[in-house]
Amino acid sequence: MTGASAPIIEVANLDKFYGDFHALKDVNLTVHQGEKMVICGPSGSGKSTLIRCFNGLEWHNSGRLVIDGVEVHEQSKDMRRLRQEVGMVFQQFNLFPHLTVLENLMIGPMKVRRQGRAQAEATARKYLDRVHIPEQADKYPAQLSGGQQQRVAIARSLCMETRIMLFDEPTSALDPEMINEVLDVMVELAQSGMTMVVVTHEMGFARKVADTMVFMEAGEIVEVSPPDTFFTNPSSERCRLFLDQILEH
Amino acid sequence: MSAPDLSGLKGQPLPQRPAFQRFLGSTAVSIAIYVAVMALIIYGSFTGAQNMGYNWQWHRVPQFLYSFTEDGFELGEIVYGLFATIQLSATAFALATVLGLLVALLRLSGLVMGTAVSIGFLELIRNIPLLVLLYLFYYVLGPIFGFDRYWASILTLAVFHSALISEIFRAGINAVPKGQWEAAKSIGMSTGQTYRYIILPQSVRFMLPPMTGEAVHLIKSSAIVSVIAVAELTTIGRNIISDTFMSFEIWFTVAAVYMVVTLILSVGVSYLERRYAVDQ
Repeated sequence: MTGASAPIIEVANLDKFYGDFHALKDVNLTVHQGEKMVICGPSGSGKSTLIRCFNGLEWHNSGRLVIDGVEVHEQSKDMRRLRQEVGMVFQQFNLFPHLTVLENLMIGPMKVRRQGRAQAEATARKYLDRVHIPEQADKYPAQLSGGQQQRVAIARSLCMETRIMLFDEPTSALDPEMINEVLDVMVELAQSGMTMVVVTHEMGFARKVADTMVFMEAGEIVEVSPPDTFFTNPSSERCRLFLDQILEH
Repeated sequence: MSAPDLSGLKGQPLPQRPAFQRFLGSTAVSIAIYVAVMALIIYGSFTGAQNMGYNWQWHRVPQFLYSFTEDGFELGEIVYGLFATIQLSATAFALATVLGLLVALLRLSGLVMGTAVSIGFLELIRNIPLLVLLYLFYYVLGPIFGFDRYWASILTLAVFHSALISEIFRAGINAVPKGQWEAAKSIGMSTGQTYRYIILPQSVRFMLPPMTGEAVHLIKSSAIVSVIAVAELTTIGRNIISDTFMSFEIWFTVAAVYMVVTLILSVGVSYLERRYAVDQ
């Protein structure tokens, strides 16, 4: 494992409530620089909530969350700076429908990072190349397939030159034949050394890239282990049952 | 698996509506009915006017629209009145839009104070008649803050319509999916940037039709400022009538001029709407 490198996300005793519902229960977790972590678990187990806390789309109620040296909480003045370092890819893509692909990629660098148009466009085209759709630059999102839209969304995050990428079920809203083109891009990204936290049920992808597997259930982290242990000999019964269910066919 | 057995001949016609209904529903008959009703109304009003001894003088109306003098072609008083109405309405509408946006943002800010202030403003404005609001601005606030009748009427119209426009903004902003906010946040945009570059451009599409309705509404309600004698279309119409006693002709003309302007506005915006709809 990448135990030698510095921790970049540190979660300690994190609790999160939605009204009376206890969404995250005493979560402890460490992600190191360059580590690829895959989080899985049944729906409603708190996986999405957890990574949405990582860039302040949700706020935890107690405990500590430190990302890249920044203490994350609702009153933090550093959240906007932090979000520029932490990219997020959503299940529903969330591209800006009124902007072309190229403009989707350029708006962050230009308006948030205050880059010039030429520089932003060069960066945008570079990352559009990396997700293998340079020819779609001038189209609107609605004119692209789901797989292409998700690759644009990945490129949009990359254009911010982020140090951490969060993926919230990036392939769950895709038609089956488009899943692989998105996973391929994610594998390449993993090979480039990016720190990645991925919520997904794509176990083939997890086997290929994960350094650490996390299993969550009912707001708790049940199992944290390297993939070989995780898939062959998980320590918890609940995790084994879950894997049996999703790996059966 | 056997094919369902539906007896019937290939190409057999489907049953039709009864002949009488088909006759009434046809285009030609509809037009004929429409023409007959309109003719009846026009005939009725003309004979009614005749019976009360009204002297129609349509030939004297064009001079108030345009005239040819030694200096050449000149626009008439009604056209200048129209220009004044348009200027008044445009200024009021611009102010109303800015104020409406502010009220909507205040309402959506999530601050308890902001919500309270904006709801208070909305209820206050919505529950005062426009005419009373105009008197308040002209007779009370005007002397206090030192603005004249022209600005009193602009402010009245702006404040009255800003309440309605803020609701249009609020609905338009809420119609943009939540995921857009999250995506903008996740690339580090501030709330202001998110509104400016992501949310408002997308809500324009939802807001164009009701905003047009509001602009038409404002142009029509601008006629009310004639009660404090601001020189605009309705006031000029009234002045012409007191000089010429042609009340029927002039009021018809003034009504037609308002209609032409608001119709042009509606048609123009529905063209814009179609253009916006294409690139989404």
